Amino acid sequence: MYSEQFRYTKEHEWVRMDGDIGTIGITDHAQQELGDIVYVDLPKVGTKITQGATAGSVESVKAVSDIYAPVSGEVTEINPILTDAPEKLNQDPHGEAWLMKVKLSAPSEVAKLLSAAEYQKYIEAEK
Amino acid sequence: MRYLPKSDSERRAMLDLIGVESVEDLFAHLPEEVRLKRPLDLPAGISEYEIVEYFRARATENANGYPCFLGAGAYYHYRPVLVDTVVSRGEFLTSYTPYQAEISQGTLMTIFEFQTMICQLTGMDVANASMYDGSTAMAEAAMMAVRATGRGRVLVARSVHPEYRAVLRTYSENQGMPVEEFGYVTAAGTIDLEELDRKMDDLTAAVIVQSPNFFGIVDQVRAAAEIAHRRGALLIVVFTEPVSLGLLRPPAEADIVAGELQSFAISPSYGGPHAGVIATRDKYVRQMPGRLVGQTVDTRGNRAFCLTLATREQHIRREKATSNICTNQALLALMASVFMTVYGKHGLRELAEQNLAKAQYLVGRLRPRFCGKSFNEFVVLTESKTPDDINKALLKKKIIGGLPLGRFYPELADSMLLCATEMSRRADMDAVAEAFQ
Repeated sequence: MYSEQFRYTKEHEWVRMDGDIGTIGITDHAQQELGDIVYVDLPKVGTKITQGATAGSVESVKAVSDIYAPVSGEVTEINPILTDAPEKLNQDPHGEAWLMKVKLSAPSEVAKLLSAAEYQKYIEAEK
Repeated sequence: MRYLPKSDSERRAMLDLIGVESVEDLFAHLPEEVRLKRPLDLPAGISEYEIVEYFRARATENANGYPCFLGAGAYYHYRPVLVDTVVSRGEFLTSYTPYQAEISQGTLMTIFEFQTMICQLTGMDVANASMYDGSTAMAEAAMMAVRATGRGRVLVARSVHPEYRAVLRTYSENQGMPVEEFGYVTAAGTIDLEELDRKMDDLTAAVIVQSPNFFGIVDQVRAAAEIAHRRGALLIVVFTEPVSLGLLRPPAEADIVAGELQSFAISPSYGGPHAGVIATRDKYVRQMPGRLVGQTVDTRGNRAFCLTLATREQHIRREKATSNICTNQALLALMASVFMTVYGKHGLRELAEQNLAKAQYLVGRLRPRFCGKSFNEFVVLTESKTPDDINKALLKKKIIGGLPLGRFYPELADSMLLCATEMSRRADMDAVAEAFQ
């Protein structure tokens, strides 16, 4: 379920690195907890985000949850499919329904994030 | 309403129960320097009979029944009898938010109808279930534009109601939202498009214009929209006189419409409470403040209503809500709904035509200050007399005159803003015209 290619946060975001570009999403565990997602609020391209700070929000029929930036950097792309099809986030949170791409300003931050095994252990403990 | 008297013995019992000596002890934790050490400076209590007498006597000091030619944001219109009959029903006599859809279908339905009628009037896709009044609606619309564009600066026309602009400044002052003004064309009284174009930049979130503007003139909404949109800003169109929408083309070029509904059967009441509203395009709905009622179906498939998109609001979103507006002006909005229903589309048009005809008659006997096209308000030159002298002379004849403009526009100290509505009688209008001679 949780790919070794990704790093994770305790706030249930993931990041996948490709050179100095990180693709960010929310985890399968997060989408399950949220329930049916109806709206995704993402920052504009060009926005500078900071690790641990709010970078957007995800709205489900139950609640609104903040998206915390797993890494710092500048948003280079946001996923256009989420505007019209936010439900994709429930269907494919680790693939098609990525949230945004960021050009990292401090790549060393990635090392501080959880590995797949650590994240899996963390959510097991949370249950 | 419940009446809850307390006797001395009941007070004593309550104090004993929580274990304090006196009511004073409840404030003992407050620092000495912030406590008032003397009784409040209030007269001794009087009997209910004396209170009623007092207010009855003060009420006779009102200019009751005087013909009124004062507009400037609060208008003298007829209130259909049906309005009070409906809003006095116990089921409606609360402005509290109908969170529980299962016990509030009637209230929710009236709110839904209100929103629908506002959309029809303004040409917008979605309207909220009222704001406190027109001025706060305008300020909230400006903040909404800031959220939607991610920019901070607001450009507002000087021909927008001066008190609305003052409220906007109050809202903007401490949140890093610079507000700048642009002027009007001295001959026409419409916005100065050249100045607007010059002052526009790529940091501007919104351009705010009013139509009919404070001088009563139908303003250049389309041209303002073009200038705003060219630089990626939103256009906010404000109205203070919704009766004008019975005749004028809806401000469909606007991104946000914010206005005041007092004209729709809400009595002026010394300036409030009134009801405001914000309407907008679908794409901005998540940035809109205030209550929103939607149509849905219940578990049996019947048409039903409920609060919707509540995640914008503070009871869900807390400090990240679009606004701290919580309850709305539901009862006053209901007055407006009943008014709109009583008049209907054709009735409102006829009412607007009557307003225009009366105003045309009065302005025809005076010297207009501006050449722009007006609705039921207009600015006139007071010639050799001062606006105050004219008003004093009119008051002697038991007529309430217009607004001397010098207070808000020093350059218009020789001018007066007058308003004629369906309530204006020809004889009274003639008396006003004579007072200018």
